[in-house]
Amino acid sequence: MFAYAIRRIVATIPVMAVVALFVFSLLYISPGDPAAVIAGDQATPQDVERIRASLGLDRPYLVRFGEWVWNIVRGDLGTSIFTNLPVSTMIAQRIEPTLSLMVITLFLAIGIAVPMGVVAAWKQGTWIDRAVMGFAVLGFSVPVFVVGYLLAYVFALELDWLPVQGYTPFSRGMWPWFQNLILPAVALGGVYIALIARITRATMLEVLQQDYIRTARAKGVGQSGILFLHALKNAAVPIVTVVGIGVALLIGGAVVTESVFAIPGLGRLTVDAILRRDYPVIQGVILLFSFVYVLVNLLIDLLYTLFDPRIRY
Amino acid sequence: MPTDRRRFLAGGAGLALAGTGPLGLAAPALAQPAGARVLKFIPQSDVTVTDPIITTAYVTRHHGYLIWDTLYGFDEDFNPQPQMAEGHKVEEDGKRVTITLRQGLKWHDGAAVTAKDCIASIRRWAARDALGQVLMARTDALEAPDDRSIVFRLKQPFPMLFSALGKPSTPVCFMMPERIAQTDPNQPIREMIGSGPFRWKADERVPGSRAVYERFADYVPRAEGTASWTAGPKRVNLDRIEWHVIPDASTAANALANGEMDWWEQPTADLQPTLRRNRNVVMEIPDPTGLCAIARFNHLHPPFNNPAIRRALLGAVVQGDYMTSVIGTDRSLWKDGNGFFPPGTPLANEAGMEALNSPRDMEKVKRDLAVAGYKGEKVVLIAASDFPSLNALAQVGNDMLTKAGMNVEFVSTDWGSVVQRRASREPVERGGWSMFFTFWAGLDMINPGVSQSLRGNGQQAWFGWPTMPRMEELRNAWFDAPDLDAQKKVAQEIQQLAFQEVPYLPLGQYFQATAYRRNISGVPKGFPMFWSVQKTA
Repeated sequence: MFAYAIRRIVATIPVMAVVALFVFSLLYISPGDPAAVIAGDQATPQDVERIRASLGLDRPYLVRFGEWVWNIVRGDLGTSIFTNLPVSTMIAQRIEPTLSLMVITLFLAIGIAVPMGVVAAWKQGTWIDRAVMGFAVLGFSVPVFVVGYLLAYVFALELDWLPVQGYTPFSRGMWPWFQNLILPAVALGGVYIALIARITRATMLEVLQQDYIRTARAKGVGQSGILFLHALKNAAVPIVTVVGIGVALLIGGAVVTESVFAIPGLGRLTVDAILRRDYPVIQGVILLFSFVYVLVNLLIDLLYTLFDPRIRY
Repeated sequence: MPTDRRRFLAGGAGLALAGTGPLGLAAPALAQPAGARVLKFIPQSDVTVTDPIITTAYVTRHHGYLIWDTLYGFDEDFNPQPQMAEGHKVEEDGKRVTITLRQGLKWHDGAAVTAKDCIASIRRWAARDALGQVLMARTDALEAPDDRSIVFRLKQPFPMLFSALGKPSTPVCFMMPERIAQTDPNQPIREMIGSGPFRWKADERVPGSRAVYERFADYVPRAEGTASWTAGPKRVNLDRIEWHVIPDASTAANALANGEMDWWEQPTADLQPTLRRNRNVVMEIPDPTGLCAIARFNHLHPPFNNPAIRRALLGAVVQGDYMTSVIGTDRSLWKDGNGFFPPGTPLANEAGMEALNSPRDMEKVKRDLAVAGYKGEKVVLIAASDFPSLNALAQVGNDMLTKAGMNVEFVSTDWGSVVQRRASREPVERGGWSMFFTFWAGLDMINPGVSQSLRGNGQQAWFGWPTMPRMEELRNAWFDAPDLDAQKKVAQEIQQLAFQEVPYLPLGQYFQATAYRRNISGVPKGFPMFWSVQKTA
């Protein structure tokens, strides 16, 4: 398995190269001009031209691409056109809120969705099953920002239990940190809970029809033992797959959630960079997201062997 | 296997905490002074560019007035008043002007402010500012005979000198240490060192999210007078100002209502009624010069290279329609009858206003367009869909042009693409444009010296590139006008000419409200300035 993991990590290199080429080319041909944004609305065209030249934005595509790739190979993601800060520093400043949000959402979603799906399968066809599936449809259907506004209205403005917006670093205490993330995590987790609950229910239904479940019942194993020890373990592979795929959902959802709750994370950094055409930042963040996604998929592949010993690499 | 899963989950949590905790990635240092001395402010946008000379962005100007100071300030009557300057002496029939610096001025790094610093700052600013360029063109020499004296040796008297050095329109002539002011004017500065009332906290900056300013203990406010706009003593009542960028308007409104923020610079029109009903929130119009909306023509290509066609469209403009679309039906928030100088400012006048104030008749506009020679050429209107006020203006403009019988192609895109496309001088069939909409702060249209959209210097002019030699002559005449009465006469001629040449369509003046918590007082008129602001617990 170790050799497999190494092979997969090495295989990410061509994937990242393709992503890099794609991202750079897409940004090159897309409209927009950071020099014009820097100069401001009242600047003259001559001012904009001078700034463009001073930033090196008037150089040919191949020269700029070659320089960028060479810097990445040396571990340098470049420098933001606007802030003059290294892109790696900007990512480091922003990664904590996004990581916190994603981890809490992930735990929240798995903690709620898996039991929901298991119970729905167990009580198939009853009002509990219909309620769970109804909740799942709602979770899929209501956009993150609507859930976000509703939560902020009820729990922050009306009840005054939680803050409306913002982020407190973990270094300033666990409760202030957690307090700021409860509403965003619930808002972001809705879709994720729905997705995992549905897949858990469907897989569990299939597993509960298997012979070994019948045998377990015949041997006198209790209901919770059957559900959580025998059935869920065997249903885990598709669930883990969906959890992994859902990381992409979380990354996309974090962009909206961070805007609604004013969380200074990577999602907002990406949106801001795109709006002002801060090319090095956009390229750096997309590369990072791609890398994370590839790694998560690798992790999921490795997890299969934990849940199903028959799988060997 | 269950044991492995538990181990995995425990490991995952540990990893998460390591990544988010003090052992993980560095979090900016955060001090926590007493609440009443800390002001939390929501700016109109992030300070994307922190150099106030390289950009004309208003938010950067507001950031600039915290960190840097100016030789002269502007009072509420639009008159320049000494600020860092102790005073000045005008000699040799106005050709030699000596400005003396106040004593005890210091930069944030502890060094003394010297005349050499100021001269380098003036030169860098002048390279970027239209009025500054006029000033330098009329200056033979700029000298520092000692640490406190700045001497202008002028080719001819320049009555606008103090206004140029004190004007709050962008870019503002901020004073910086010489080593910083020697930065190429086309490259942003790296160090935020000024002599203003607040210091920049670089260690707490999170681009796109937060900017922090701390009271500068060694700042020396003027001893006399009262604070008025950017003039007068800048007495500081706060220890710390935090700018929190909240891009979502509803979230910003909720944060203000909930007391998490103290002041929201620009509440959006749709949320203002809700905030007005909140007893803990005060709303007011801080800037009496407001914002002036315009539709800018591309003068290089058909159909708007024809002044008769531009003139014909004046008859189609209903400023009230544009203003309603931007700010709503509350008449206290906008004015129509807006000419080429903002209503309520010294140079506003009635010359030629019948072009906008006469009864509207779209059939006549169509006839005038036909007589002017309009033959159905395509009009490419570029609109920023991500900028609500500009999008609203463009939608009304699209309707107006269509009703006037023009062949309009409405290109809806984001603001970043608009600013790129408007730089194109190509005809529309090769990616060019015919018209775009924007607004200027009234302060930036207050006189011909600062008003970029009134320039007529062709290829050197602001986007749209009108060629109006007579307008340039009048602008120069305005610079030479010895007093306000003479300036007003020139301004009338300028406006009359503008209604003939029509460099742009004036679409009205509107006022942006600001909203703050009731425990805040001393919010100044004009744009956000913080030195007289007080907060009670």
